[in-house]
Amino acid sequence: MNNAFLPVVTISTFIVLIWYSFSIVLNSSWALDKAERNDQKLSFSELVHDTWSQKKPKLPTPHQVGYEMWKTIFDKKVTSKRSLVYHGWITLSATLAGFMLGTVLGILLALAIVHDKATNLSVMPWIITSQTIPILALAPMIIVVLSSIGFTGLLPKAVISMYLSFFPIVVGMVKGLRSPDLLEIDQMKTWSASQFQILIKLRLPKSIPFLFTSLKLGMAASLVGAIVGELPSGAIAGLGARMLSGSYYGQTIQIWSALFTAAILAASLVGLISIIQAFVFKRMMIVQ
Amino acid sequence: MTDETVISAQSLDLTFQTNDGPVHALKDVNLNITKGDFISFIGPSGCGKTTLLRVMADLDQPTDGTITINGVSPKAARESRAYGYVFQSAGLYPWRTIGKNIRLPLEIMGISKSEQKERVEKVLKLVELEDFEKKFPWQLSGGMQQRASIARALAFDADILLMDEPFGALDEIVRDYLNEQLLKLWHSTEKTICFVTHSIPEAVYLSTKIVVMSPRPGRIIDIIESDLPDKRPLEIRDTKEFIDIAQRVREGLRAGHSYE
Repeated sequence: MNNAFLPVVTISTFIVLIWYSFSIVLNSSWALDKAERNDQKLSFSELVHDTWSQKKPKLPTPHQVGYEMWKTIFDKKVTSKRSLVYHGWITLSATLAGFMLGTVLGILLALAIVHDKATNLSVMPWIITSQTIPILALAPMIIVVLSSIGFTGLLPKAVISMYLSFFPIVVGMVKGLRSPDLLEIDQMKTWSASQFQILIKLRLPKSIPFLFTSLKLGMAASLVGAIVGELPSGAIAGLGARMLSGSYYGQTIQIWSALFTAAILAASLVGLISIIQAFVFKRMMIVQ
Repeated sequence: MTDETVISAQSLDLTFQTNDGPVHALKDVNLNITKGDFISFIGPSGCGKTTLLRVMADLDQPTDGTITINGVSPKAARESRAYGYVFQSAGLYPWRTIGKNIRLPLEIMGISKSEQKERVEKVLKLVELEDFEKKFPWQLSGGMQQRASIARALAFDADILLMDEPFGALDEIVRDYLNEQLLKLWHSTEKTICFVTHSIPEAVYLSTKIVVMSPRPGRIIDIIESDLPDKRPLEIRDTKEFIDIAQRVREGLRAGHSYE
């Protein structure tokens, strides 16, 4: 932990410095144009001050984004349409619903693939194909199809989120369920264990480390899915909708704060899975 | 000891089809094992000793010939849980305690909780691991892990114990100790034991019958009946009788090799 402190601080400082410099470079043309129109000459410190405090900068500075996030997370009522907590919750609920659907679907598919050769041969190629289609192209169709049969709101977003998150679960669980070696399977055979017993006593416990890796990937993918699902649906709420409306009105600070909220949300969710993982691994004597 | 035949093989053949062509793992194997025997299978790698054990356990299928275990096919014997099998590595589940590892086959066989507890205690005593029921495998030495794995094979009280180089990965001091323990266990349980090894002293020390095998194709060269007494202290390995039998095993192995 102590060994990591210095590198972490160094890299963070470096990123912030680059960010501030780019804010100057990218926002300076606006500042210079404005000065020229007013027949002013800007000193360097005036230029820096202007580029770091514009209302609609090309690249807002970290402190502008931080202040906007503070304002919209802590100062607004959580029910307000301008609260990031409100929008975050909308996206989070679709993310969690999609994550759960994706996890269940992924595990069921993996079980079928591992136990049935025909399923392995017939379904696995389609699972891989499904991930080669850009989700941005597919999302509007999912929304249109689902709304035509009466589903709107959370469900279409959850389905898109599921579409992205089931894949790492399937791949990880297939690998995990197949991870028992020949000796372990032979051993089970000498006890005349049924396929179900081999699954419960051997395959599932052995797949746990793989499951947690998959869950973390799946969680991150779920959040991306939920945000992408908000873009084409004309949604007025959610982090995706917030980013979209920000881009309509050139509210770059709003886009960046929605973006950061999404990133922090994803990191927290993945962190939560890591905590559960540490607990389960400790109980199961799995050494990382 | 009765003369009841437990395992009987007649002109057993097994050929594996591999990418490099067929491998003749067993050729014309004839063997009778009577109840209470301690049989060692000895030979260089590739002589088919493990394959023969796996055929008995229904883990590999012979291509020709017949084999019966307790008068029935290996498959029927496996399904009636007629044998316990000890592999070269202990194969204990790291997420289960030693006690729970030994319970595993009992859970699979649907034995009641109270009887499970009784049996685990009994076999732990047999392999002298009473104090380790609640410990996890990583807390035990390699030799202790292998003893736990033997306890697991004993737990469901099959009459036959098939052991595939169970002490092959252990150092000689631990191996001597486990050999002594195994003999004691064999005396107290009167099981029929088939034991694969590539150590001549181990085979001679343990067995009532030594089956010498040779590779390419895997076949039986010699079957040596041991006339060593039932009670065998480790010092017996310095007696003339012991050295004579070891000599005969060595000659058998050499004869098998000069065949090439």
